[in-house]
Amino acid sequence: MSVNLAPTLSVTTRIGFRNFSLDFSHVFRMTGVTALFGPSGAGKSTLLRILAGLEDGAAGRIEFDGEVWLDSEAGRSVPAHRRGVGYVFQDARLFTHLDVRQNLLFAHRRANDSGNGAEFTEVVEALDLEPLLERETERLSGGERQRVAIGRALLTRPRLLLLDEPLAAMDAARKGEILPYIERLHGEFGIPAIYVSHSVDEVARLADRMVVMTAGRVVASGAAVEILERPDLQDITGHFEAGAIIDATVIHHDCDFRLTRVEFCGQPILMPMVDLPIGDVVRLRIRARDVALATRRPESVSVRNVIEGALTKVIEEKDTAFAEAFVDAGGGLLRARISRKAVADLGLKPGLRVFALVKSVSFDRRALSRKGPATL
Amino acid sequence: MPDLGPLWLTMKLAAVTTVILLLIGTPLAVWLAFTRSRAKPVIEAVTALPLVLPPTVLGFYLLVTLGPASPLGAFWVRVTGESLTFSFSGLVVASVIYSLPFAVQPLQNAFETVGPGPVEAAATLRAGPLDAFFSVLSPLCKRGYLTAAVLAFAHTIGEFGVVLMVGGNIPGETRVISIAIYEHVETLSYREAHVLSLVLLVFCFAVLLVVFAVNRRGGSRVG
Repeated sequence: MSVNLAPTLSVTTRIGFRNFSLDFSHVFRMTGVTALFGPSGAGKSTLLRILAGLEDGAAGRIEFDGEVWLDSEAGRSVPAHRRGVGYVFQDARLFTHLDVRQNLLFAHRRANDSGNGAEFTEVVEALDLEPLLERETERLSGGERQRVAIGRALLTRPRLLLLDEPLAAMDAARKGEILPYIERLHGEFGIPAIYVSHSVDEVARLADRMVVMTAGRVVASGAAVEILERPDLQDITGHFEAGAIIDATVIHHDCDFRLTRVEFCGQPILMPMVDLPIGDVVRLRIRARDVALATRRPESVSVRNVIEGALTKVIEEKDTAFAEAFVDAGGGLLRARISRKAVADLGLKPGLRVFALVKSVSFDRRALSRKGPATL
Repeated sequence: MPDLGPLWLTMKLAAVTTVILLLIGTPLAVWLAFTRSRAKPVIEAVTALPLVLPPTVLGFYLLVTLGPASPLGAFWVRVTGESLTFSFSGLVVASVIYSLPFAVQPLQNAFETVGPGPVEAAATLRAGPLDAFFSVLSPLCKRGYLTAAVLAFAHTIGEFGVVLMVGGNIPGETRVISIAIYEHVETLSYREAHVLSLVLLVFCFAVLLVVFAVNRRGGSRVG
């Protein structure tokens, strides 16, 4: 056995249907959120169902933290109710003969060991379910339904949370309403999650790592930020504009100029004021085309955000006017889309100290970025 | 006043048959609703046979199968000391088979309408198969159960041909209401036939009225 800090879920599985076959192999690291990404029909939901033990026809081997869930050669398959997995279905699947409280209690009473009341209260608070408790499930909105479904899954004290496009049936406004809850889940409950989605926005916002699938097979896997940036996967990830996703800490609010200062790799970035407490970590997205480079710290420019760093890579795009430059700002990577002429004129090459002029920063948290990217 | 014995015997037979049918009809209907087995159409056809077979044909086969000369009949005689044919027990067996589709089909419809979704959800919430059945599937199929129970009950009350073949006409044992009415008419006792028929008519109407009223109040109908 290798030494791993986080438990792993190792999966090798095959299943065939009349017009679709899945042949999947991957070792999931069980911390944080892993997105299972791919176009509709890639087999993401099928894989999730196999992991949960809901597909009888699955062959192969699945091992969670040393525990064998499926070993088709030995004819062994742990039934769904003994896998300790929480599942949030696309269509919520609340029990219509029970009200919201009873739905939650259904899970709570069946939790692995005797649950306590505090846990119930904690989940209800985290998902703001208190006002819904006495409601009939049929009188809930789509977003409310999913919140209850997530709460119900959490109350089973799962060792792994599987979410099957929980936002798929919702419009943008509803998604914005529920995303913050899902975002907080991992931090508050510390349960590793596999999140199925075909939306780049959701993945960029929620996932730490991602596995890309098409036609029942794994195409790529790795850190979400890196995968989303990979040009060779652009056919699948779609029009995800080249850029960098960075994590920054809220440092200060300037009420006069309506600005918030965040810190990224020890360097300040100003952005339009956001209503977040000091110390919060936010995920920001800086598009490559909003970044310009200078070899000396520029003065008298309107751009307020100048980040110092070292060039790590310059990729010139043949037969075009453009090049992409990567800047290491002291731990975090920025990406700039500049002209090949600029590369030549400034003599840009790896190792050179440069100043990245960031014209625009946008929140990756859609709920807070309704005004779109702001230019400073 | 005519003898009301046949009426009580009929109720008893229908009640016992209904309970047995719900007990054996449930697993059968669950299997039919959720299986992907290729044997499904065969089992479905067998289950539906009593719908189309003339009661006399069914009764004839039952008479042969349940009679003391058959292995099953002989076994029954050895164990209980009495014959399955021309006895109340034999009538119960015959009624269960005769009314089987009336219990299984509404249940199967109800299970299919609800679908595998809620049971899967229950499994991911730590509910084992039996737990999921009792706490999720069956409550969701309440109406299907009501329909199945009422149809099985009413259909058993109305049976005539099978009873005549298997049970004959023994007062207090196999003389159910339909047989009694037939005999009253044969002996030209129209008054007694009228009373029993009217009782049956009113009863059946009342039962159906209750079912439809309940179904309407529930809004959506399952089964």
